[in-house]
Amino acid sequence: MGIENQLTGDNILVTSLNKLVNWSRSNSVWPCTFGLACCALEMIATSLASFDISRFGSEVFRPSPRQSDLLIVAGTVSKKMAPMVKRVYDQMADPKWVIAMGACASCGGTFQSYAVLQGVDQIIPVDVYLPGCPPRPEALLAGLMKIQEKIRTENLNQRPDFKPGERYETQVPKVELIR
Amino acid sequence: MDIKGIVSRLEKTDPGAIDRVSGENEITLNFNDFNKAMQTLHDDKSLCFDMLVDIVAIDRIDRMPQSHRFDLVYILLCSKDFSRLLVRLAAGEDNEVPSVSSIWASADWAEREVYDLMGITFSGHPNLRRILTWKNFEGHPLRKDFPLEGKDFDQQFDTTSIEDY
Amino acid sequence: MAEGKTITLNMGPHHPATHGVLRVEVELDGEIIVKATPYIGYLHRGIEKLAESKNYQQAIPLSDRLDYASASANNMGYCTAVEKLMGIEVPKRAQYLRVIMAELARIMGHHLWIGTHALDIGAMTVIFYAFRDREMIMDINEEIAGYRLTPTFFRIGGVAADTTPDFIKKVREFVKWFPKALQGYHTLLTENKIWTTRTMGIGPISAKDAINAGLTGPSLRGSGVAYDIRKAFPYSSYDDFDFKIPVGEKGDVYDRYLVRMEEFAQSIKIIDQAIENLPEGPVAIDSPWITNPDLVSVQTDISELARRFVLHTKGPVGPDKEVYHAVEGAKGELGFYLVGDGTEHPFRMKVRSPCFYLASALPRLLVGHMIADAIAIIGSIDVVLGEIDR
Repeated sequence: MGIENQLTGDNILVTSLNKLVNWSRSNSVWPCTFGLACCALEMIATSLASFDISRFGSEVFRPSPRQSDLLIVAGTVSKKMAPMVKRVYDQMADPKWVIAMGACASCGGTFQSYAVLQGVDQIIPVDVYLPGCPPRPEALLAGLMKIQEKIRTENLNQRPDFKPGERYETQVPKVELIR
Repeated sequence: MDIKGIVSRLEKTDPGAIDRVSGENEITLNFNDFNKAMQTLHDDKSLCFDMLVDIVAIDRIDRMPQSHRFDLVYILLCSKDFSRLLVRLAAGEDNEVPSVSSIWASADWAEREVYDLMGITFSGHPNLRRILTWKNFEGHPLRKDFPLEGKDFDQQFDTTSIEDY
Repeated sequence: MAEGKTITLNMGPHHPATHGVLRVEVELDGEIIVKATPYIGYLHRGIEKLAESKNYQQAIPLSDRLDYASASANNMGYCTAVEKLMGIEVPKRAQYLRVIMAELARIMGHHLWIGTHALDIGAMTVIFYAFRDREMIMDINEEIAGYRLTPTFFRIGGVAADTTPDFIKKVREFVKWFPKALQGYHTLLTENKIWTTRTMGIGPISAKDAINAGLTGPSLRGSGVAYDIRKAFPYSSYDDFDFKIPVGEKGDVYDRYLVRMEEFAQSIKIIDQAIENLPEGPVAIDSPWITNPDLVSVQTDISELARRFVLHTKGPVGPDKEVYHAVEGAKGELGFYLVGDGTEHPFRMKVRSPCFYLASALPRLLVGHMIADAIAIIGSIDVVLGEIDR
């Protein structure tokens, strides 16, 4: 069926860590359930049967930002909503990517008014901008493929979250029982 | 009920409340008798305007100073024969319009919206605060002297500047 | 709780079950909601202010983005309001095409409602079927208008283009197919034991309270008030069609569900009548200062070219007048209060949004129910935040 049928015996695959990590990351980009306006409907349509985002390994829309890798800013970001968008982005664990879906999230779009943030890139870094009002589901898939392409060509120690010399030490928090 | 019937009924209970009758279904109410006339429009069995569909506020800055700055249009609906009535009220910048939220529950948010976007205050409203914009928003955006892109459109946006309820 | 302590729980503004960026602060006594405060404005885009800076034609795309789940129904509201302001009578064929588009949009809106509402309560399958059928309508939109979700097919004085043969074919196919699909939704939900237990007797509102709170549309009809603007104040040839207004009795979540399910059937009935009796004739009025001249005369006649130029740079002029016009949107009475001042821009455009008042009735609906029922109730009134916040 798959590659395992072609191979016999124990095998060794030689690759660089960069490639291996990027390959696995790029095929399991989990988006955050984050719909703001009209674009959210196209995002829902993308995730359902007709367009089927699961072909790209991204069907797992996580309700919690802690578990997601990709923030699809789907819709108009109003100034009132901007702190929440930033908070959701800050809560996401590294590595993380952002798609600004639609004209509104990219640059304010048709809503050049007192209440609308003129582009979500004013508050969070954006990787891929999608034009359209709203973009078609195919456009979102294309955006996702661009993200995958970006992940695959990325150098791990040049990522913004890379801190040389830093090691992760697990600290067990001290638990006190309150009676 | 047609406009003539409404006017004659209202004249009987609140004489002098109607300033002007215009068009098919529009009356202009006197500011002082406003609350009482609205109560009659709601309570009276033959009038029975039991739904407040919407409150529209219009900034008539172009007609100042001949007339008051704001026009408030209350759109009422009678649920018996589904007839509409537009009730107009002129309000100045310093006028406190009597709230009708005790008569129609839908007026609660409608008046908050008018206060938020137009800056007209309502006396007797239980919870008059901003609804669509945020807590520390300056100005009232639908007024004609408010710039479309806001007062701070040329400054870098800072998320900490937004204070919410 | 025994000590009378309550917990305050914040739902939203980004919450998977609130249908957009609605935020509801609920105060819980155990699992029972004792107080609920909705907060809105997280999608406030200033559409009313923006419309004042655009001319009448340019403001049509803004209306699409009000209730984006059923975009054409908003176009209908805005365009008919402007036509009432300008005193335009639209040709019959355009009116019928508008009715088809608006009813398709209503079905689209209800598709989103049934999919997400069922998903929230726990029936996951429905959304797949609903969006499969929604894609068919999107295809129809794309066929005639070139865009899927927000077609902006309406123009002041008519519609943008005449039908294509494929459009008629696709609509007929949909009309033929959809009753079967609807039967499928019924099979999945209507007599489903879990569904009825989760919805029957939840969030009831009496007719008197519903009217007082300003509810309109299916949420009001669920309480037994047969107020439908298509019948009460007919517009765009709705009196030509034979359809019924479904009403509920108790006004609970299940009744609102049944009303919307019946509206699916009535909408498809209207579309069937409209597509079969589609009159011949132009699809827009021929008025020198409102509609575009045809492309052939633009290329041959200098005065037509000048007219097109003026139309595109200035736009049609609205008289110094005020009108209120309402249509039956997918969620209820969608009204536009337009104030003209003799220029090309509306002096003031106020949108009477049905969802605004539906959301304002939430405290009344939620109090006394369990927190899990809050999700069912928010789903059943079917709010779209683009329309609430404008």
